[in-house]
Amino acid sequence: MSMIRSLVFLMCGTVFGAGLALSRMTSPAKVIGFLDFGGTWDPSLAATMAGAVILAALGHWLVRRRGAALLVAEMPSPPPSRIDGRLLGGAVIFGAGWGLAGMCPAPAMAVALLHPASLWFVGGFMLGAKALTVLDRPKTSAGGECRPSCGCSGR
Amino acid sequence: MNIVALSPADWALALAGGMLIGLAASGLMVALGQVAGISGLVTKAMAGRWEAVLFLLGLPLGALIVNALVSLPPEQAFASPGRLVAAGLLTGIGARLANGCTSGHSVCGIARLSPRSVVATLLFIGIGAVMVALVGVPAP
Repeated sequence: MSMIRSLVFLMCGTVFGAGLALSRMTSPAKVIGFLDFGGTWDPSLAATMAGAVILAALGHWLVRRRGAALLVAEMPSPPPSRIDGRLLGGAVIFGAGWGLAGMCPAPAMAVALLHPASLWFVGGFMLGAKALTVLDRPKTSAGGECRPSCGCSGR
Repeated sequence: MNIVALSPADWALALAGGMLIGLAASGLMVALGQVAGISGLVTKAMAGRWEAVLFLLGLPLGALIVNALVSLPPEQAFASPGRLVAAGLLTGIGARLANGCTSGHSVCGIARLSPRSVVATLLFIGIGAVMVALVGVPAP
């Protein structure tokens, strides 16, 4: 089981990376072109997003209909649904980084063997994510609320 | 606004690539009930979760396979090391705060029609566009 589980992760990562390379999201020029509304806009990444969303929705629908995934009995708890300052601030900061270099984390890792310069980005990303994870960790906040995604035990 | 000239092949590559990304996200969801959010997987990998490491190692592997099979235009416009580190820091902090990045929100989140993810994606693109307008394309 654990072997199959590991294989699923590796295979899905490989297909994901193939999709990133095929769609050219691995090229900062392509991403910047998509974000360059004031200059010469390249709308093709909208097709990439549409294709990805439609197939991902199919998988989501299948699991919902079946009530469970194929290989595990219990489903992970659904992600948070609240739109709060943390989400908005985080999205603004992420967007700024995305536009600054035309890279987001998955393409940066996918292209690392072909263009090792992207490892500068990956290193920065890991450092930033780690800093936030460390800052979040001891938070047994006043309301007793905790965020399962940030490494606390979920109660 | 000018729109760049795109051939049918450009559109086909963009769509096919997106479908592979969605297929991978579906695979992880259908088999294991897991969301293919890359920033979450990076955090798990740094916490020593091997399955997350395997997924992330698959990314460059998949890109290599595609480049061996298909003749594609080269990747262009990588920024200077300093700018790349700064962009990485911002996306790392932002993705942890927003609890997701372009994969978790813009693919998986929108796929399940999460209003939270729609808002995050609109901000990613909106602020990304502002940034591109401000700083321009990195010099090669």
